[in-house]
Amino acid sequence: MARILAVSGNEAVAEALRQVNPDVCAAYPITPQTELMQRFASFVSDGIVDTELILVESEHSAMSTCIGASAGGGRVVTATSSQGLALMWEMLYIASGLRLPIVMPVVNRSLSAPINIHCDHSDAMGARDSGWIQLWSENAQEAYDNTLQAFRIAEHMDIRLPVIVCMDGFIIGHSIQRIEYLEDEEVKKFVGEFKPLNPLLDIDNPKSYGPLILPDLYHEYKRAQHEVMTKVKDIVLDVAEEFEKIGGRRYGLFEAYRLDDAETALVILNSAAGTSKDVIDEFRERGIMAGLLKPRLFRPFPYEEVANALKHLKAICVLDRADSFGGYGPLFMEVSSALYQVRERPRMINKIYGLGGRDYLPQHAEQVLSELVEIAKTDKVEIIKEYIGVRE
Amino acid sequence: MAPVRTLPVLTLKELSKKEDLFTHGHRLCSGCGAPIVVKMVLFASDHPVVACSSTGCLEVSSCISQHTAWKIPWIHSAFENAAATVAGVESMYRVLKKKHRINKEIKFVTFCGDGGTYDIGLQSLSGAMERGHDMLYICYDNGAYMNTGIQRSSATPLGADTTTSPVGSVIPGKTQQRKNLTRIMAAHDIPYVAQASISHWLDLMKKVRKALEIKGPKFMNILSPCNRGWRSRTDDAILLSRLAVDTCYWPLYEVENGAIRITFKPKEKKPIVDFLKPQGRFKHLFRPENEWIIKKFQEDVDREWERLQKEALP
Repeated sequence: MARILAVSGNEAVAEALRQVNPDVCAAYPITPQTELMQRFASFVSDGIVDTELILVESEHSAMSTCIGASAGGGRVVTATSSQGLALMWEMLYIASGLRLPIVMPVVNRSLSAPINIHCDHSDAMGARDSGWIQLWSENAQEAYDNTLQAFRIAEHMDIRLPVIVCMDGFIIGHSIQRIEYLEDEEVKKFVGEFKPLNPLLDIDNPKSYGPLILPDLYHEYKRAQHEVMTKVKDIVLDVAEEFEKIGGRRYGLFEAYRLDDAETALVILNSAAGTSKDVIDEFRERGIMAGLLKPRLFRPFPYEEVANALKHLKAICVLDRADSFGGYGPLFMEVSSALYQVRERPRMINKIYGLGGRDYLPQHAEQVLSELVEIAKTDKVEIIKEYIGVRE
Repeated sequence: MAPVRTLPVLTLKELSKKEDLFTHGHRLCSGCGAPIVVKMVLFASDHPVVACSSTGCLEVSSCISQHTAWKIPWIHSAFENAAATVAGVESMYRVLKKKHRINKEIKFVTFCGDGGTYDIGLQSLSGAMERGHDMLYICYDNGAYMNTGIQRSSATPLGADTTTSPVGSVIPGKTQQRKNLTRIMAAHDIPYVAQASISHWLDLMKKVRKALEIKGPKFMNILSPCNRGWRSRTDDAILLSRLAVDTCYWPLYEVENGAIRITFKPKEKKPIVDFLKPQGRFKHLFRPENEWIIKKFQEDVDREWERLQKEALP
């Protein structure tokens, strides 16, 4: 029996961590992740979990401690946001390079300057190339489900890679939503016992972690990291299938919403997908064939699958809640790359929305969908990349 | 406080029977102090040790591709975070021990240079000490960023010629005195802090053995001559270490639960020039216009030695 409650996204993920009961958690507080760790700290203080909670003096040390703990040979978790993730940047590459299965919820927030505590995706996009798997979540339920699945994916013996689970800061992290929790026993069974691989704490079989690798072999190590990423998609799908059996909720590499017979579509991550789906329903009622694709697995990016899901469309708008200044938005770049391999492909535009917590409103989705209808009709794109919801 | 077990002091005969856990084949320069530090520390331990190094000479020279000089578990992750990294391993150890998945008594030791300790790693070191991890942090202090080519660090002594504090027509080498890190660590009120030197191996090993028997965070600063950076002879690491102690440039002392004890007092305190003279990095100090630097250097050493003697237990 699922327990149905009304909780914040942070609380939902903290509950997932309670149920997983990791061995070590090293963390540092940052808005809007704070509530998540505060709740988890209460579980530790009340002896509800066995976790060693190490409250370090910076996010750099949080990730460093996670690396040491994970190499030690146990289940490790942390969580962060924004500047915290940026400060970890150096260590993210080391965690993945050492193939350590650390799980990290990221409660998405903008990056300074100017300082701003509200949601956008600049933090996680900055970690895009770090070798971490990235799962994105529309709401608290998805954040909870993704967190549980993240442990299974990270710790899979064929990959052993760290996983980031994203949810929108404040919009999801702090707002109360309906959630169905799995039973503790079900979670315990689903996640399973941690299986160490080359643990540093195996004194009888000493291992050296973190060698110097010069040009004679470095290139091969990096190719191995690329190759292991190619196995991730199938594992994500297998884990999702297994999860569906206990959770009843179905997950894929992305969510395709009313896409099969659509002519135009939005591609959008996380919470804004919810708002967009409502607007798409309204457009459908008016006879406009609109749809949506919401990526779940952003790293590795499922290029072929995304291209297959979108290639029949006439016009697409990729909405990015982050910018690559001087370039297109990061999601747009991926979707463009995916579709370039298809001979007949839709027209594409890129909108940057919602930076630093600027609201993404139904009218923004309406405006974009109307533009797409026009593009589909004329087959002409005037401006490829544009900011929307801007105060003039 | 749990009583500290007093350990029998190792004799050379017993030491010669112990296995060398840091093997030859590493690529540190001949005459480097760092491998001597590592060997002495590992010989001193009666327990299995998990070691951690920050990025630096020792790290890049001891584990390259498929070859490792470490016969014990060893981890390197980055430059500024050895204390945080080993704190993670130690935390995992505590959990797994509680869960009875590990039964052995394991000790956690870092070996980091002065750059990774005094400078870029000071924050993570301070944090790990404050949190009380059961670990021994060892700094092998060679007084500059030797790995990247002898750049000044906050451990570089006054007047030293380094590649980023070069002796020029206007500036006579490093213009600042070195940071007194051992005192900074003692100010953390951790159970054990010590300064040691490879020239006084028995003193060094006793300190390591004592430190490893104490629960909680411990810090040891060990002088580690670098003939490339100090511009000295390749076979004088021990000689220079001894001169550092005899001139009181590098006093041997320990701070146990706040109480300072000087562990070696030179019979006759030698003038600092005896330590400076054999090192090319101080050559320019012997020009008449730089006389004031030697004078200041001597005053700094004297003041610290006086202060230590005043504060130390009789």
